[in-house]
Amino acid sequence: MNKTSDIGELQAIAKQVRRHIVTMIAAAKSGHPGGSLSAVETLVTLYFDVMRHDPANPTWPERDRFILSKGHAAPVLYSVLAESGYTPIESLNTLRSIGSIYQGHPDKRFIPALEASTGSLGVGLSLGLGMAEAARLDKSPTRVYVLLGDGEIQEGQIWEAAMYGAFHKMDNIVAIVDYNKIQLDGFVKDIMELEPLADKWRASGWNTIEVDGHNFPALQKAFADAAAFKGKPTVLIAHTIKGKGVSFMENNPKFHGVAPTKDELEKALQEIGA
Amino acid sequence: MSVKDKFELKLGAATREAFGKALVELGKADSNVVVCDADLSKSTFTHLFAKEFPERFFSCGIAEANMVSIGAGLASSGKIAFVASFSAFVLNKGFEQLRVNVAYPQVPLKVVGTHSGISIGEDGPSQMSVEDLSLASSLAGFTVISPADEVATFALVKEAAYFDGPVFIRAGRIKVPLVYGPEQKFEIGKAITLLEGKDLTFISTGLMVAECIRAAAILEEEGISAGVIDIHTIKPIDREAIANAAASTGCIVVAEEHFTDCGLGVKVAQVVCETNPCVMEFHGMGNYYAESGTPEEVLTKYKMTGADVAVTARKALARKK
Repeated sequence: MNKTSDIGELQAIAKQVRRHIVTMIAAAKSGHPGGSLSAVETLVTLYFDVMRHDPANPTWPERDRFILSKGHAAPVLYSVLAESGYTPIESLNTLRSIGSIYQGHPDKRFIPALEASTGSLGVGLSLGLGMAEAARLDKSPTRVYVLLGDGEIQEGQIWEAAMYGAFHKMDNIVAIVDYNKIQLDGFVKDIMELEPLADKWRASGWNTIEVDGHNFPALQKAFADAAAFKGKPTVLIAHTIKGKGVSFMENNPKFHGVAPTKDELEKALQEIGA
Repeated sequence: MSVKDKFELKLGAATREAFGKALVELGKADSNVVVCDADLSKSTFTHLFAKEFPERFFSCGIAEANMVSIGAGLASSGKIAFVASFSAFVLNKGFEQLRVNVAYPQVPLKVVGTHSGISIGEDGPSQMSVEDLSLASSLAGFTVISPADEVATFALVKEAAYFDGPVFIRAGRIKVPLVYGPEQKFEIGKAITLLEGKDLTFISTGLMVAECIRAAAILEEEGISAGVIDIHTIKPIDREAIANAAASTGCIVVAEEHFTDCGLGVKVAQVVCETNPCVMEFHGMGNYYAESGTPEEVLTKYKMTGADVAVTARKALARKK
């Protein structure tokens, strides 16, 4: 894979990733397009610019770790892993089929390059803290990145992890909240409001950065600021749009967990562009 | 040689203390060994490790779910990682994390639950774990260990540390009788026959092993020959030892400090059904919770003594005839 900081190149990769996401979910006839599309720029920035990793050597001990704690956004992770060269692109459309490495939620047994099997919400940040503690003990430069859903942080364990990370000054971990403001049953504000979200993380002792989660230069700067910040863990509150890039999916709770039809796929691919 | 002559059953240390000492020895030999605890280190004896190796001890506060996931992260990164708390807390509050972060991806985390069973005494049922063997065994790929005394605990904790897979180890609060001599060897998954019997076999685990030996001594005076098998590894269970006991004595009594609905007994019964069906009785906790009291009072009231086990054995023998 070729890593890049070039915005044009990152945008081109993001476009390709979006095409994979809608295509593979349409092929599977089920899956979670909304929260996959909202996280595209975050994952592309991490995998193609920020993270130290090597698809030719996935067990490199000093690699950075990524955990998709919101495991239902598996399609965005699979697309990025495939585009990075970890897994085959041509079989992405076997998503959710029996025997496929592209399981409904990320499964280490099928893709050894995954850092974690996820899908049950709320547990990924704690797991990342364990990996960050191991790295610190080994004096390794490894950094750990954990992507959280906004609805996910209604889980109590996230706040156990928040307390631990701050108290133990875990400055080698970054949590990213994909704040697309929609969860399965509807808008977050109507289900279990999170606001004032940044205040909650600050009060928990985290270096808190609010960022436009679809803006590559802003994400690059935020990750660089996080890496430079010492003595506290960092959380990026990434303001995103659920279903970003496909007009009829954007801000539409229906597309949290519903696959596009054949016609909708065609329309989506047209909008995303080649 | 009579049973009483063979087993002195001198009081030894609590299995939790043996666990703590084993951790220190492991930590001295291997800088890769790390330990997490959830604000119970003085009770679980992980404080011994914390004192020796503070940089490798992770105090997680009263947050067991977070602790289990952190332990899984450490173990995923190549550490020999232990997490410890009371069984009632690490399993019940950490169960989801044990399932998704440990069992499902087969992360080789070592989970130790102390203060198991009703013998914890005064603290009462909220702290008494009488379903831990069932919970731990329900996790696919988990190995579940329940040692009878300090010798077994010390050896099996050390075995478990380098065992390739997730492990749960059950330990207790109170000092328990020594069943084993210092030279005894232990192999995970291999039951130990402590006494050979002709009329029936007690199959047991944890502190009830010593009570089964006491029961065998009582029965011996009545002319009954009872064998005792220690199942220190609940999962995977030693099928051969159970099948042989069923074939040779045709009568099995399982005794455990656990719900009989879902503990060792039902696992033994499964093997017996599949191999050599015979008369069985199940001695343990029924469909209720215990109460506060001194450990001795609680164990007596809830019928966890050798004399109680002997009563169940006579019932089984009556059915056999």
